[in-house]
Amino acid sequence: MASSHAPQPLLKDELDIVIPTIRSLDFLEMWRPFFQPYHLIIVQDGDPSKTIRVPEGFDYELYNRNDINRILGPRAACISFKDSACRCFGYMVSKKKYIYTIDDDCFVAKDPSGKDINALEQHIKNLLSPSTPFFFNTLYDPYRDGADFVRGYPFSLREGVPTAVSHGLWLNIPDYDAPTQLVKPLERNNRYVDAILTIPKGTLFPMCGMNLAFDRELIGPAMYFGLMGDGQPIGRYDDMWAGWCTKVITDHLGLGVKTGLPYIWHSKASNPFVNLKKEYNGIFWQEELIPFFQSTSLPKEANTVQKCYLELAKQVRAKLGKVDGYFNKLADSMVTWIEAWDQLNPPKGGVATANGALKK
Amino acid sequence: MRGSRSSSPGFVRPCQRCRQASANTKRAWVAGGAGIEGQRGVVQPRGRGALLPAEADIKGARDPDLGQMRPPSLLSLTLDSALLRIAHIADLSNLPDHLVIDLFRRTLSAGKLTEKVLKLFLATGCEEIILAVKLLNIKQPLVPVLPTNKEVDIVIAALQPNLATFFEAWRPFFSRFHIIVVKDPELAEDLQIPSGFDFKVYTKSDIDGLLGATSINFSGHSCRYFGYLISHKKYVISIDDNCLPAKDAGGLTVDAVHQHMVNLKTPATPFFFNTLYDPFRKGADFVRGYPFSLREGVECMLSCGLWLHNADYDPMTHVVKRNQRNTTYVDAVMTVPLGAMMPVSGINVAFNRDVLGPVMFPGLRLRKEGKHRWDTLEDVFNGLCAKVVCDRMGYGVKTGLPYVMRSDAEAGKALESLKEWEGVKVMDDVLPFFQTLKLSKDAVTVEDCVKELASIVRDKLGPQNAIFTKAADAMVEWINLWKSHGAQSALIWSDACYRVSIIVRNTCFHF
Repeated sequence: MASSHAPQPLLKDELDIVIPTIRSLDFLEMWRPFFQPYHLIIVQDGDPSKTIRVPEGFDYELYNRNDINRILGPRAACISFKDSACRCFGYMVSKKKYIYTIDDDCFVAKDPSGKDINALEQHIKNLLSPSTPFFFNTLYDPYRDGADFVRGYPFSLREGVPTAVSHGLWLNIPDYDAPTQLVKPLERNNRYVDAILTIPKGTLFPMCGMNLAFDRELIGPAMYFGLMGDGQPIGRYDDMWAGWCTKVITDHLGLGVKTGLPYIWHSKASNPFVNLKKEYNGIFWQEELIPFFQSTSLPKEANTVQKCYLELAKQVRAKLGKVDGYFNKLADSMVTWIEAWDQLNPPKGGVATANGALKK
Repeated sequence: MRGSRSSSPGFVRPCQRCRQASANTKRAWVAGGAGIEGQRGVVQPRGRGALLPAEADIKGARDPDLGQMRPPSLLSLTLDSALLRIAHIADLSNLPDHLVIDLFRRTLSAGKLTEKVLKLFLATGCEEIILAVKLLNIKQPLVPVLPTNKEVDIVIAALQPNLATFFEAWRPFFSRFHIIVVKDPELAEDLQIPSGFDFKVYTKSDIDGLLGATSINFSGHSCRYFGYLISHKKYVISIDDNCLPAKDAGGLTVDAVHQHMVNLKTPATPFFFNTLYDPFRKGADFVRGYPFSLREGVECMLSCGLWLHNADYDPMTHVVKRNQRNTTYVDAVMTVPLGAMMPVSGINVAFNRDVLGPVMFPGLRLRKEGKHRWDTLEDVFNGLCAKVVCDRMGYGVKTGLPYVMRSDAEAGKALESLKEWEGVKVMDDVLPFFQTLKLSKDAVTVEDCVKELASIVRDKLGPQNAIFTKAADAMVEWINLWKSHGAQSALIWSDACYRVSIIVRNTCFHF
């Protein structure tokens, strides 16, 4: 894909940028050269009576809690409150093919040569080129300029599969959990790893929602960020939950997940003590969750994302309900989420089959 | 005389007087006879007798007509000045021979012939000087061989005879280690390896002598597996002989040996992918969402490095992208996740021989296997087997750093290989096999795994292509060889033997 030195940005009319916020959107000023051509969906968390100021010149729609309640009615219960997990409402309400989501404390990073990184452009390149989940290419992304498949890579696999998710990384404040933050408060990620790679099939990973792009048509319904925040026993596991569900489903449907470039500059380290309280249950529960996701299998008949997700919800209720009652609630809200998704996104006719080919 | 000099600009034929002086010197040197030797590395002239003809130039001569000293010539003064700075001169090859010889004489006379200066003169290629060094019995000091690391062997497969550039480039990183050089049995010429290394060369006769009749073919790139077999160290590092040390993004030369050892000595994390790659690297850690129970990691048994410049592509890609060079330095090491298969390249690899040795075999041999890397798949097949075994046994495999700089030597010849390249189809047959492979619960050791793998390869892949039946045979044969030579060589080679060799080497030191 040619890089956009040309004035016309890639996918201008096919991509929405979803930003959850509770305070301000001043960070958008730094992103203006890269984001201004695109449509923004701002999900305002917290007190709906507060006005969030959006910098001039951006094309956006803003939803606060009142809007969410109005639009979804009783189904609004599945959208978290007082947690950035509420961003998934933005995915649901978007009408575009691609989503890019970013946190409001993430800024433009510089590459080792000092040039500003256009993170959005890189995500788009990642999404528009295939993934290679069935065999690991030691030179990482073979579709990048200057790279290719190495000797021994089977030719039958060199077409790759469609990329559903592009997971970017962060310089400066790394995305550590609370215990690590407490032990290493001064650690900064200064290492620019110039690679994009496909996460192999069958391998789970911790998906961070700070700098994330995905193909909404291929995987959107799986990007439910769970029940977190106000009134919930857990926080800061919203993106993790979505990532595990998404990876299981992309593996089943033959889609790809990439991680690596682009980098953004993460400026704010959240309070580790507050984080510890939020994550506390998650630290114990993830020991059960990982084996659950690693051993879960989806039936062949589950050939759409929604079907896969509902099947997962069933298994969550059956197997994780005994870990904590929370998971029964979560399973219910996973179902609600799919209902809400289908309500706002009536099926068009495109169905992804189990072997990954998109039938229209 | 050096052939190229007559065409170089500014060449001045020596004048009659200089040529005469030169001839006199030769006679003088020959007549002088007895060696001028002093302390090791420093040559002291014993007397001026051998240098008489030069003195007249240096000091000025008595003009018989005028009866007074003739002042030294401008040339002579220049040479004196050069002599004062001789330790800082980098290159004398632009000087005409007669001046080089004159300077050499003056250097000898002044007692300034150190090892470095001697090398400087020899590098000019002037035959006179080489002859003089021989006649005067000037000895180049031996580069001392220090006691080498007890844990690591470096195995180099020699597929070309001239290894001087290779070894010199790797000297800072290889000199602490014992190096096993295995000469390709089909290579006729003798190997050229510079001094100063603790190395041993194994040739066809060594291989035949030790192993006798064996069904395993150790020719071509497969010869290094012989090195794996007879090493008795815990770790083995192997690098192709057309690779030199690479420079990282900051311009620093990469110590590939050190990086491989770091990879092997820090844990691997195959059960869950860490998005910040190797969490044990300085400045990195496990990210949020990484289960704590998985943060101890497992032992890493195989470290697969990468290549800058000439990447390890198949011949098709070499032909289509003949000008493409790998210039991206990816500053990461990562664990290859459990269940994920990858193509291991033997160009730059390191492993724990104690544990993984039995599975590091040359199994798959293409019918028209050649000397170019793209003519082989032995390392890819070996790597797939090793990964299956590591997954089964709970060991880790890492990929990424270190990089080596791989030269262009082969890049142009890919087109010739295309016609016969069997590897295109082979990998498509092989990969599904490995992905669905399940080893039984009875396979509890690496040897068990290999034996079971061999029989499955024979049953499932053999019918598709005879090379797989041969591979299965080779795998079984390897286990036998490993039993008799691989595992045992650690026992036969006693510590006392090793200590004696250190003492013998140490006595060559002159401190």
